[in-house]
Amino acid sequence: MDRPLTQHIRPDREPLTLREYEQVGGYQAARQALQAAPRDVTDQVLKASLRGRGGGGFLTGQKWSLVPPDDGSGQPKYIVANGDEMEPGTMKDRWLLEGQPHQLIEGLLLGAYAIQARVAYIFLRWDYKLAARRLQQALAEAYAERLLGAHILGTDYQLDMVLHTSAGRYMCGEETGLLNAIEGRRANPRNKPPFAVTCGLWGRPTAINNVETLCCIPHIVQRGGDWFRSLSRSPDEGGTKIYGVSGRVRHPGLWELPLGTTARELLEEHAGGLRDGYVFRGLLPGGASTDFLVAQHLDVKLDFSSVEKAGSRLGTGTMVVLDDRTCPVGLVLNLMQFFARESCGWCTPCREGLPWLARTLQALEDGQGTSADLDLLDAHVQTIRMGHTFCALAPGAMAPLGSALKYFRRDFERHVADQRCPWRAP
Amino acid sequence: MITVYVENQPYPVEPGDRNLLAVCLSLGFDLPYFCWHPALHSVGACRQCAVKLFKDESDTQGRLIMACMTPVKDGMRISIADPEAAAFRAGVVEWLMVNHPHDCPVCDEGGECHLQDMTVMTGHVRRRYRFTKRTHRNQDLGPFINHEMNRCIQCYRCLRFYRDYAGGRDFDVMGWHDDVYFGRHADGALENEFSGNLVEVCPTGVFTDKTMKPHPVRKWNLQTAPSICVHCGLGCNTLAGERYGKLRRILSRYNPNVNGYFLCDRGRFGYEFVNSPRRLRQPCLRGADGDRPAVGPAAAVARVAGIIRGGKAIGIGSPRGSLEGNFALRELVGPDRFFHGVPDRELELVRLALALARQGTAPLASLQEAAACDAVFVLGEDVTNTAPMLALALRQAVRHKPAELATRQRIHAWDSLAIRDAGQQAQGPCFIATADQTRLDDIATATYRAAPDDLARLGFAVAHALDPSSPDVPNLPPDLAAWAQRAADGLKAGQRPLVVAGTGGASAALLPAAANIAWALIKAGRPAQLCLTVPECNSLGSALLDGGGLESALAALRQGDVDTVVVLENDLYRRLPAAAAAELLAARHVIVLDHLATATTAAAEVVLPAATFAESSGTLVNNEGRAQRFFQVFVPEDGIRASWRWLADLIVAAGRAPAAPWRNLDELLSALSAAMPVFKDLRAVAPPADFRMDGQKIPRQPPRYSGRTAMTVHRDIHEPQPPDDADTPLAFSMEGQPGHPPPALIQRYWAPGWNSAQALNKFQQEVGGPLQGDAPGRRLLAAAAGAAPPYFADVPPAFAARAGEWLFLPAHHIYGAEELSSVSAGVAQRAPRPTVTVNDGEAERLGWAEGREVQVSVGDTVQRLPVKRSAQLPAGVAALPAGLSGQPWLPLPAWGKISTPSIPPVGGASATLRSMPSLRSTSSPASAPSAHSANQAPVPPGRRPGLQAGSSPSVREVPA
Repeated sequence: MDRPLTQHIRPDREPLTLREYEQVGGYQAARQALQAAPRDVTDQVLKASLRGRGGGGFLTGQKWSLVPPDDGSGQPKYIVANGDEMEPGTMKDRWLLEGQPHQLIEGLLLGAYAIQARVAYIFLRWDYKLAARRLQQALAEAYAERLLGAHILGTDYQLDMVLHTSAGRYMCGEETGLLNAIEGRRANPRNKPPFAVTCGLWGRPTAINNVETLCCIPHIVQRGGDWFRSLSRSPDEGGTKIYGVSGRVRHPGLWELPLGTTARELLEEHAGGLRDGYVFRGLLPGGASTDFLVAQHLDVKLDFSSVEKAGSRLGTGTMVVLDDRTCPVGLVLNLMQFFARESCGWCTPCREGLPWLARTLQALEDGQGTSADLDLLDAHVQTIRMGHTFCALAPGAMAPLGSALKYFRRDFERHVADQRCPWRAP
Repeated sequence: MITVYVENQPYPVEPGDRNLLAVCLSLGFDLPYFCWHPALHSVGACRQCAVKLFKDESDTQGRLIMACMTPVKDGMRISIADPEAAAFRAGVVEWLMVNHPHDCPVCDEGGECHLQDMTVMTGHVRRRYRFTKRTHRNQDLGPFINHEMNRCIQCYRCLRFYRDYAGGRDFDVMGWHDDVYFGRHADGALENEFSGNLVEVCPTGVFTDKTMKPHPVRKWNLQTAPSICVHCGLGCNTLAGERYGKLRRILSRYNPNVNGYFLCDRGRFGYEFVNSPRRLRQPCLRGADGDRPAVGPAAAVARVAGIIRGGKAIGIGSPRGSLEGNFALRELVGPDRFFHGVPDRELELVRLALALARQGTAPLASLQEAAACDAVFVLGEDVTNTAPMLALALRQAVRHKPAELATRQRIHAWDSLAIRDAGQQAQGPCFIATADQTRLDDIATATYRAAPDDLARLGFAVAHALDPSSPDVPNLPPDLAAWAQRAADGLKAGQRPLVVAGTGGASAALLPAAANIAWALIKAGRPAQLCLTVPECNSLGSALLDGGGLESALAALRQGDVDTVVVLENDLYRRLPAAAAAELLAARHVIVLDHLATATTAAAEVVLPAATFAESSGTLVNNEGRAQRFFQVFVPEDGIRASWRWLADLIVAAGRAPAAPWRNLDELLSALSAAMPVFKDLRAVAPPADFRMDGQKIPRQPPRYSGRTAMTVHRDIHEPQPPDDADTPLAFSMEGQPGHPPPALIQRYWAPGWNSAQALNKFQQEVGGPLQGDAPGRRLLAAAAGAAPPYFADVPPAFAARAGEWLFLPAHHIYGAEELSSVSAGVAQRAPRPTVTVNDGEAERLGWAEGREVQVSVGDTVQRLPVKRSAQLPAGVAALPAGLSGQPWLPLPAWGKISTPSIPPVGGASATLRSMPSLRSTSSPASAPSAHSANQAPVPPGRRPGLQAGSSPSVREVPA
């Protein structure tokens, strides 16, 4: 089974140096691509049916096609690698960032070439100190070998790549919040349109791609879009996916598997099923802002369209498993506190609604809930929807709450009826 | 016209780039909003203006959209009343009320709170939130603005006004999630000159008028009238409110042609002179022993009439007095014995501005036109300090460029965040040439610092670069020629260029230079405009009456044909050297009409208490020649009367006319219109006194005005008859037709459900557009049609610094430079300390640390002032504060000396002698090297003991 992204990553050693990376085929894709037209990269990526791995699932090749050609203004275009991985339960990009920084640099270089960007940013989560050190080292190597800077690989193409370590906010991972953060503003999201591909960083066309997405690019360019697409078990979405499982399973971890692997296979074969004495109740398929799936969904293919059909989102593909000895209300409370805290404070439903929900869930947990509280939770799930808020954060926060109210409603009602959390000692 | 369907009813809408919220409000619908503001546009933060949008007729589901972020399209179908939309809007208010205090009954915003209105409008009436509320610490933001952060609903309008619109930097948003804080990094006065607008921009009571705190009043208890600001020459429109005989506050009165939605802080907070303990409240006659007991009006009039009947009186008018007062004085003394209450030099400058307006091809720009221009050249004027709202307009002018960049990316003109993101740091061309740094430099494409004559030379050079047939400037250094060329190119690139100059620049050559630039631009096919600032609220209007200035009055006095001087609303000690003022006031009889006790009233034999703008009605003419009416707000107790009423009585009593020449304002205006053609439209400035709405007068008091029957019971238990107002269609009463009067008469903004200033939407033809009805005011001046006048050819020689002397220029300051506002406590608190500003390098060479006290001699006036060092003021030039209270009047610009007498150390601080360092180059090629650099002892050694070998000068450090 092909594991192009992670085959050379060893948890027990430093990542490959530039020389070692080149020995296993690294930067071959770049050498190849820079001799050809930029459009060829995008075409291969389109052929690969690569969908964004940050959670949105937008077709990467399509995004790059939307970046306008050079407008003759003499001002640069930009590309940004979004490495602000702050989704609860998600650590897949960390594996790639710490394990093989040159793979990201090459992917970003290829993406930059495809859209003819002059400057590339790697926007890194504040806590990823080890990744920062290793990226910095790899960037220095790449500059020293003229893989970055002026006249890359002897061509006229020039690219500067900058590592930007975030100040540490979930909102920085929202791509327009990220742009504001780089510009030195508050990491509030921007209204769309205009989209970043036409009016992004410093008002210029900007492509923003997830780290895992970019790490796929060298392999797509080197081995072709068709090959990449064939890696997947899903018809319309190509490649492998780094899946993760956390929760009370025997072997929590990360695996690079064909896209479209089922939840059951991931959970039972790779994560080893639930620990002894624990019973599966549900899972959040791709981070905190996705809806719960339950036992009836275990055979759903974990690809973007299948998970969406099942009523959730693939998101980052790193699932959080809920067992029978964990209070679902407590789990949702934990997430709601996170979302309430990470709200940027710009739009009303998010700024005022989420803390209210968090306090209400806390009251339920503390045995002070009322049946009106459940109505309040329901009303917020109904009201805080995409389009009603400025960005996707608050609707994302409604996903675990809304689906928990749907699948675990009796547990909520017991909190009110018993005036305590049934999972806590009386 | 396009059609928008609201609740399935078609509405015609002007096509254009508009958002749905603005369209709904313009159509008269009540759609709640918070973060949107007609001058600040849309950001989509509050989510309050949700409406249902339907795809087509058959769509019954629809989806919620935010009206403010949705462009209007032909055939669009929306519903405001849709139950889901209505419930969502109520829900947004419920969220906003989660942390908002429940203190409406005692809140000082109550009764004019937009949040209160919107809460009622959405129907949110019951609180479900049962947890603790977030609380904040409030900041001391200085004398103008009170801070009450717990009330904040995070609409971000304050931030967007303060930073994006007004260019402030000491205010920001801090914190995150539901703990967002709007304030300064630390306690301290808000630095921006327009901070007072936060009071009106804030939809609730976070920012309130602190000057009102000592005399609070519920907003529905205010008696209000439309007024005109008297604190500079721009004529911003205001709403003035009174209760119990005290002027309580000033709000902005919307005039799309003048100040739009906003005011400067001097205009908003300068009003308290009206309530000052220094107010003259009764006529006073000087008795034999020098004391001045108060007398009744009849006795005072009789005394003055007796004096004037002798026939040897001259009148001294006032640039801060109304047209009516000045004209009445002129009628009393006779046209050839009427003099303007300003020095000849100032009068000449104002008359030059008038001549440029009437004979030139470039029209004078209104504030609105200034804001709409897209290329700016400021020549010599420190706009923020001499005409503050013009600075705010220029800040908008440079924002057209980023908006154009955004439009090219198909971003809507109202999508203000996207415009910022797309335009980034881009700014339109703005060239600023002044003597010292200005508060507008942050929007300048380039700045140039030089002495006034050199600034004028630069102006001539710009004109020459635009049109080689305009006079050339001899001996122009190449770098300056390049600067001029750059400015010329920048102006020419604009579609609507503007040249700003004024009387504050202290050189008679600046106005001609500015005119040459504007005329050259017009010749090049650009619709250029001139914006000329004048010092006071009626400088231009009074200058339309003929007559000389104060030096001419003094000459007349000296010729001996004068035994009586009648001074109208003027303190001569603020206009002339003390000796000259004293000489004028040493006439046998001195009669003064004014508001406040001054050095001039102290010298008067008879003092007549004159009504301020709040106690009388009259006309002022602003810097662009716009005549505007201010209306009496309340009837003062005591003997205060409008100056023109005193003067009318005097005319009769002195036997100049058999009967009162004018019994009311309209009669006076008729006389004024007949007297001079320029005033022919004066009666059209506002509706006459007999104007009625539905047969009724317009009430100054709102329907909820309370206490009518109780306010005067301590004097009489009977409710008094409301005072009559013979001058205006307004009534001192709750009775009348409060509806929508013509714009000139709008006394408050109110509409059912809209108690805050946002009710203004209901008075406009479309939101942000003209008011319903005839535009208020009339422009009296028009640019010459046809042939351009010949260019001014008097290019001054380059500034030559003098050894041992400095050319002193006036340094204007928004707070303190204007007479009346500086009496107000808040403004006085913000007034600067008097200093003498000198070039940094020069001060360094002379060993003058910042704050060191020096002796400044101009003519006979000697004063000790601390040194303020400026890196930008050219060498050989120094600046002294203009008009600061307690400072002697000086005929600036004037040559004088600075010396350093030994002064005992203050506070024990001392500094080491800084011996002559190398001369620092200045940015001003025209003024460097100055004579000083060649001569290390420009001041006679004997006068500079501090610099003698072996001695160490004492300096006073500037307190931190």
